[in-house]
Amino acid sequence: MSHATSAARVDADQPLVEARDLRTWFELRQWGFMRLGSVKAVDGVNFSLRRGESVAFVGESGCGKSSLARTLLGLHQPTEGDVIFEGQSMARLGRRGMRDYRARVGYVQQDPFGALPPFLDVRRILAEPLKIHGVGRSERERRIRAVLEEVRLSPADDYLRKFPHMLSGGQQQRVVIARALILEPSLLIADEPVSMLDASVRVEILDLLYRIQQRRELTLAFITHDLSTVRHFADRIFVMYAGRIVETATVNELLDHPQHPYTQALLAALADPDPDNALELREVPGGEAPSLLNPPPGCRFHPRCPKHMPGVCDVEDPENFEPRPGHLSACLLHR
Amino acid sequence: MAVPLLSVENLSLNYHTRQGLVQAVAGVDFEIRHREALVVLGESGCGKSSLAKTLMRTLPRNAGRPEGRVLLEGEDIMALDEERFRRQVRWLRIALVMQASMNALNPVVRVGEQVAEPLRVLRGWSRVRAQERAAEVFDLVGISTDFLTRYPFELSGGMRQRVVLAMALVTDPQLIILDEPTSALDVLTQASIMNVLKRIKREQGTSFILITHDVATSSELADRVALMYAGQIVETSSAAEFFREPAHPYARMLMDSVPRLHQEARPTHIPGQPPSLLDPPSGCRFADRCPQRFDLCERDPGAFRKGDRRRVRCWLHAGGSQLS
Repeated sequence: MSHATSAARVDADQPLVEARDLRTWFELRQWGFMRLGSVKAVDGVNFSLRRGESVAFVGESGCGKSSLARTLLGLHQPTEGDVIFEGQSMARLGRRGMRDYRARVGYVQQDPFGALPPFLDVRRILAEPLKIHGVGRSERERRIRAVLEEVRLSPADDYLRKFPHMLSGGQQQRVVIARALILEPSLLIADEPVSMLDASVRVEILDLLYRIQQRRELTLAFITHDLSTVRHFADRIFVMYAGRIVETATVNELLDHPQHPYTQALLAALADPDPDNALELREVPGGEAPSLLNPPPGCRFHPRCPKHMPGVCDVEDPENFEPRPGHLSACLLHR
Repeated sequence: MAVPLLSVENLSLNYHTRQGLVQAVAGVDFEIRHREALVVLGESGCGKSSLAKTLMRTLPRNAGRPEGRVLLEGEDIMALDEERFRRQVRWLRIALVMQASMNALNPVVRVGEQVAEPLRVLRGWSRVRAQERAAEVFDLVGISTDFLTRYPFELSGGMRQRVVLAMALVTDPQLIILDEPTSALDVLTQASIMNVLKRIKREQGTSFILITHDVATSSELADRVALMYAGQIVETSSAAEFFREPAHPYARMLMDSVPRLHQEARPTHIPGQPPSLLDPPSGCRFADRCPQRFDLCERDPGAFRKGDRRRVRCWLHAGGSQLS
């Protein structure tokens, strides 16, 4: 680990993590032996995240965003392509290398209650990763108390002996965050960290994540279906559709000048609370997200796209275009 | 003045639990006029789903007997015995779309049959006639009638939600209660379901109670908003009043906690937690979290009238006349 840190100091411009033509496919079988094909959950994803940057991956269910997160965490083997972490290829990490890698990447799950073992108290939950990585008893205790303070579960003594069911949803999520942080990772992956929480608690947890990210200069990859929460908590957005990234830009640029027709549809479907919303119907593209077993040819959004150009969009696979400076969109309209 | 479609007076409901009596609904009053949509807005545990179950009489076994009156076009439906309620009210005049009910469809019965079932059971219609009506409501909710003969597993989540909605519409009820109808759905599907609801309201003149925790979605259908907190309605306002100038301190803080797409202001959270309903405070239930609390808040404010139909349960609005 110390080696990696010194390397980082040498080359601060090197991206922390990169995905290169990443594909994660799941083979689908019927009755255990009939091959039905592959679900192409992540299908050709490229990105690179800088140190200390907060990014959001936004998309609807089934777009592959959680499979992408799990691939980055090393929980799924990529079918093709590679993840490069601090210049090292994940494919070439052995068992030991993988264990060290997992210490450098924290994971905040969606459902805090499901993510916490019900029969361990907070102290044991937080001690477990430290034990696995060989941290001694007194150092463990010190780090557990420090991290509880950091996620605002203080005084720590009030929480150390509590079991998950004795905590509120917001407090459980803080424990999950504390566990993700305890090995001092440089990348934090949060998969829908607030979708199970109440509105008034959501902002509190997002604020906390954002502050921790700023203070620790972490890279935060925040996965969400809710575009309205990202403005204040991310620097850049990746919009995903059917296993691919279709649009990338900084937050304000993307929200104020969406380029891809899918992003435009998403933004048009979202309401800010306003009494006039009840007076008019919203523009919603017809149809549904395609099956990832047999995605449509050409642009994957073309069957639903209001601006679809017959003979073009259903044939050609769109590459990334740059319709505005620094703003990438995979749509043939920009050609 | 015309008799409102539904008027709920001082409704209360308790649950018996091992820890004691939980007061889930504590003296709730509201009314809905014909063709009106009322949003019951609140966070989890505020009693909003219990309210729906009380109105439909589908309470779990550990619920106590509800108190208060529920008048449907002037008739007290709480006083009806179970058999008459089943024959005359449930699903015929008030239908319910429960939370996640799209996952409760019978997996081995064609969806057309399931949608037609209320007509066959409650109205005694023939299979053919009921199927014809089912085809009509499929049209209404925007599903092709080809889907009548499909099974639930062949439909996507959004389609199944439309089927459940069709089932609620099939008897042409006056009031449909929707409990979190879109919370499990994707953004685009959610928007198209809300479009369907708006169209039904406009074309069929159905009234709705929309129960939700989602402030932004609630504004898609609301004529009026009732905000619940810890078992009580703390504010009832028209949609325009509520979304532009909420009156209750909780309403204001809740609106400030909503992240917005098109606004620079950073959302803020509400510190603290709602009180336990095992032993709720005797005064204002929001007082502990309220930045504007003062000595009067130790006592229950009751609902103050502001204007014709606006009610606010807060001492800061004591200028209006008190109701109870």
